Amino acid sequence: MVVSARSEKIKMVLDGILTLPMVLPPTVAGFFLLMIFGVKRPLGQLFLEVFGIKIVFSWAATVIAAVVISFPLMYRAARGAFEQVDVTLVYAARTLGFSERKIFWRVIMPSAMPGVLSGAILAFARSLGEFGATAMLAGNIAGETRTLPLAIYSEVAAGKMSKVYDYVWIIVVLSFFVVVLMNVFSRREKSGGRRIRKKKGVDT
Amino acid sequence: MSLQAEIKKRFSGFSLEVSLHTEQGVLGILGASGSGKSMTLKCIAGIETPDEGRIVLNDRVLFDSEKKINLPPQKRRVGYLFQNYALFPNMTVEANIAAGLNGSREEKKAAVERMIKRFRLEGLEKRYPSQLSGGQQQRTALARILVYEPDVIMLDEPFSALDYYLKEQLQFQVKEVLSTYAGNVLLVTHSRDEVYRFCEKSLILDRGRVAMEGRTEELFLRPSNVTSARLTGCKNISRARRIDARRVMATDWGICLKTAEEVGEDIRYVGIRAHEFFPATEGVNIFSCQWKDTLKQPFEWDILMRPKEAETSESGEELLWWKIDYSQSRILEGKKIGDVLQIGIKPESVLLLREG
Repeated sequence: MVVSARSEKIKMVLDGILTLPMVLPPTVAGFFLLMIFGVKRPLGQLFLEVFGIKIVFSWAATVIAAVVISFPLMYRAARGAFEQVDVTLVYAARTLGFSERKIFWRVIMPSAMPGVLSGAILAFARSLGEFGATAMLAGNIAGETRTLPLAIYSEVAAGKMSKVYDYVWIIVVLSFFVVVLMNVFSRREKSGGRRIRKKKGVDT
Repeated sequence: MSLQAEIKKRFSGFSLEVSLHTEQGVLGILGASGSGKSMTLKCIAGIETPDEGRIVLNDRVLFDSEKKINLPPQKRRVGYLFQNYALFPNMTVEANIAAGLNGSREEKKAAVERMIKRFRLEGLEKRYPSQLSGGQQQRTALARILVYEPDVIMLDEPFSALDYYLKEQLQFQVKEVLSTYAGNVLLVTHSRDEVYRFCEKSLILDRGRVAMEGRTEELFLRPSNVTSARLTGCKNISRARRIDARRVMATDWGICLKTAEEVGEDIRYVGIRAHEFFPATEGVNIFSCQWKDTLKQPFEWDILMRPKEAETSESGEELLWWKIDYSQSRILEGKKIGDVLQIGIKPESVLLLREG
């Protein structure tokens, strides 16, 4: 949506809003989330009254915090991937009679897929380590809203080191796996896998 | 079969104002980069929208700014061969060729098979574009266009991405293919060789304007203005002043030239093609030059000469280029760089050029 937005100004504002959570300190982002989802706030009140769900200090709050904080990574990676799709491919598809919908699914998506995927993985990794906003919005309730990073913090604070080692191992293994996956995708993106060489440098 | 286009489009610092008309065969559009030739094709294809104008293809109105008609590219039935071929990297050769087809699975399959055979792509059906050579990519892209029988084929610098030695071979193949195609063809290029080889008629574009148009041979033989002379490969161009109906002063070279054609009042330049000079000691249009340098190519030499009466300029614009065949090089025997050469030019070889 942002990629195709016509006006440069609208584009810049939208881009800024979508990227902001990445740049803000997580506690500030968490503060804003509290302002939005708090029980006395409009959106929080709506959820509470209509669905009977209290969002703050709940399991859902950890998810919201993680999503909001990690989304900009996903968004920026995807945007870059879409912008890099060779525009002549789109032109060619049009002259060949492809509908705009078909162009998106058959031409643009396959070309942008590696970038989108690596953005998704990066966002997952970031949400795995999310601490500040989660603590603000969801708190640190054992067995309910305590995420892995919060658990590590709590156990260290309580001096229970044996449990800390377990948690740290889980995080390290997961993170390593994520890095490996990312490399796989970015390599596919670079070599182009099936991407045509552009203009010059066509071999024989 | 006819294509008529009048296109006006403004950009910041550049405006395109082209009108072209073709009844049959291949129309060449020759121009330097940035002259608006690709933009012209894009407007005809519907990829870009002109500010004003009218485009009619075989009685079908594709675009008319007054009547507010603007068919999307999907409905224009044009075949566009892009400079980088624009094959879909995620599709096989087969799938790429079938991309523009409608109809049942069997019909498509049969049509694709015909194209594969015709373009000698057998055995490559399951390959992806990145696994093909430049020539194979081009053939696939051409097959993808010809398979749905468009009303006009537009080739945008079709050979510029290819190696030199492949180029000539492919040009022959493309020419063969185009000769069996009944519709109109537009060929955009910056290469005068390609225009000469492919196009019966052509049009020379300069900074968004048509500088000259007509039969290709005519354009090369008698370019009427400076731009056309340059783009058709005239190496020697000098500012000129009319003396009388048969004589003109080439001011950059300091030479007075007799002409076969009558010198019009609006003649501002003269041109001499590099291969038209010959060694001579007596007759008309004979003058002395100092041999400055030689640029050797495998089979041709470019002799750079400075006319004796020429004004000196920093850019070396007053230098004359004389192209001689390698086998003729003995006419320079006994001479060395720095010596004076006596050369002549026939009055009918002097090109009289207008501004523009």
